[in-house]
Amino acid sequence: MGIPRNWRLRNQRYRLVGSQCPQCQNLFFPPRQVCPHCYNSELSEFVFSGKGSVYSFTVLYQTTPKFEFQIPYIVALIDLNEGPRITAQLTDVDAEEVRIGMPVEMVVRKISEENERGLIHYGYKFRPIAFPESE
Amino acid sequence: MDSILKTQRDIGIVGYGSYVPRYRLPAAAIAEVWKGRVDQAVLPVREKSVPGPDEDTVTMAIEAGQNALCRAGVSPQQIRAVWVGSESHPYAVKPSGTIVAEALGITPNVNAADFEFACKAGTEAMQAAFGFVGSGMGDYALAVAVDTAQGRPGDALEYTAAAGGAAFVIGPAEQSVAILEASYSYVTDTPDFFRRAHQLYPEHGHRFTGEPAYFHHIIQAARRLLDGLGRQPSDYAAAVFHQPNSKFPQKVAQELGFCNEQIRAGLLAPHIGNTYAGASPLGLTAVLDEAQPGQRILMVSFGSGAGSDAMSFIVSEHIEARRRLAPLTRMYLQREKTVNYTQYARWRKKIVLH
Repeated sequence: MGIPRNWRLRNQRYRLVGSQCPQCQNLFFPPRQVCPHCYNSELSEFVFSGKGSVYSFTVLYQTTPKFEFQIPYIVALIDLNEGPRITAQLTDVDAEEVRIGMPVEMVVRKISEENERGLIHYGYKFRPIAFPESE
Repeated sequence: MDSILKTQRDIGIVGYGSYVPRYRLPAAAIAEVWKGRVDQAVLPVREKSVPGPDEDTVTMAIEAGQNALCRAGVSPQQIRAVWVGSESHPYAVKPSGTIVAEALGITPNVNAADFEFACKAGTEAMQAAFGFVGSGMGDYALAVAVDTAQGRPGDALEYTAAAGGAAFVIGPAEQSVAILEASYSYVTDTPDFFRRAHQLYPEHGHRFTGEPAYFHHIIQAARRLLDGLGRQPSDYAAAVFHQPNSKFPQKVAQELGFCNEQIRAGLLAPHIGNTYAGASPLGLTAVLDEAQPGQRILMVSFGSGAGSDAMSFIVSEHIEARRRLAPLTRMYLQREKTVNYTQYARWRKKIVLH
């Protein structure tokens, strides 16, 4: 990911900033410019809570060099509590511990590094709820 | 001359938060690899925390900062400074503070900077925040103390070099869970431990890191603050000292006249090792998790090079309600998964590929 794109997406990647259509109330992540349901082009910012559940997942053993430092890692489809389904890595969990429907929460982690000299990309991952007793 | 530091207006810790990674490496596992045997009597800690492959000072600072903001109940947009103290900033040039501030929703009306002073970088950020808020430049500042410490494979430091830290929202005394009475800084040029530019691991002066460095600076800082305030060790319910291992903080407490019960809650090194800049601030969060209104807490950091920051707090009635708003430090300590030396060596990039 180039420097401008990393910068442009920082609010999405650090804080799950999406968008909402004020007319039909639909929520979007990543954010959209135009509502695909009612074609309203005046969408407002919406910050998701970061809470959700695992819809499905897979374990990656073969990947590009940028991600080799974390093999094996888990990529999941996450249903955010507010509605949208997104793709994200799971962290702080072993593959055999993951279950479909498992409640998860967003954390900011290192996604990849360009190389030893390049930019470090931070962004959202999801982990099992760390402290369910305090939920 | 009165050398203790007092702010123009009364301030304190409005919110605090901690973070410790999930993974642990037993000290015995390191001894097995490098010594071929395990002598439990000489191991400096039982186990140490290890960051996952996707964790660094920035990611840990963000979670500790989120917890501190939750407890403070302050809008991120009210924070006027984000200062991150660490000796393991991911970039040599590019502030960790900007990433942390952006991720916490604090930008753009904020001052951001990184502090470096070995293991006291975090309390240095706190001292700066005391001055910033105490002078009225801003109502709130976020001071973060976090490290992913480096230890050369096989070196004595590898047994203890750990990861974790704490964050503090510093603000007005009337909103604080712990009100600052005064602080003090004691600094000399004492080269007990250092890492040159472009080097992966630090060098240290072995036994020289003890008496002229750790013990001298902590004892001087603690005594001068107590003298300046006219207090005795018995005035404090709890004391936290920098904890590079299990033994040093217990010995320095004894020399200063504190008993084991006073340092119990804040002594985390036996369980997670030395979190460097995070060590004494993380201990302070564990003390605040148990503290009662009216109690006094003393914290004294130590950073190689060398210096100590000493701080005296009085716990307020806000502590009871506020501490429940984020995970307690012991919850992070209990969230543990043991890794083996091979996994740790790979994650911490100790296996060099040519």
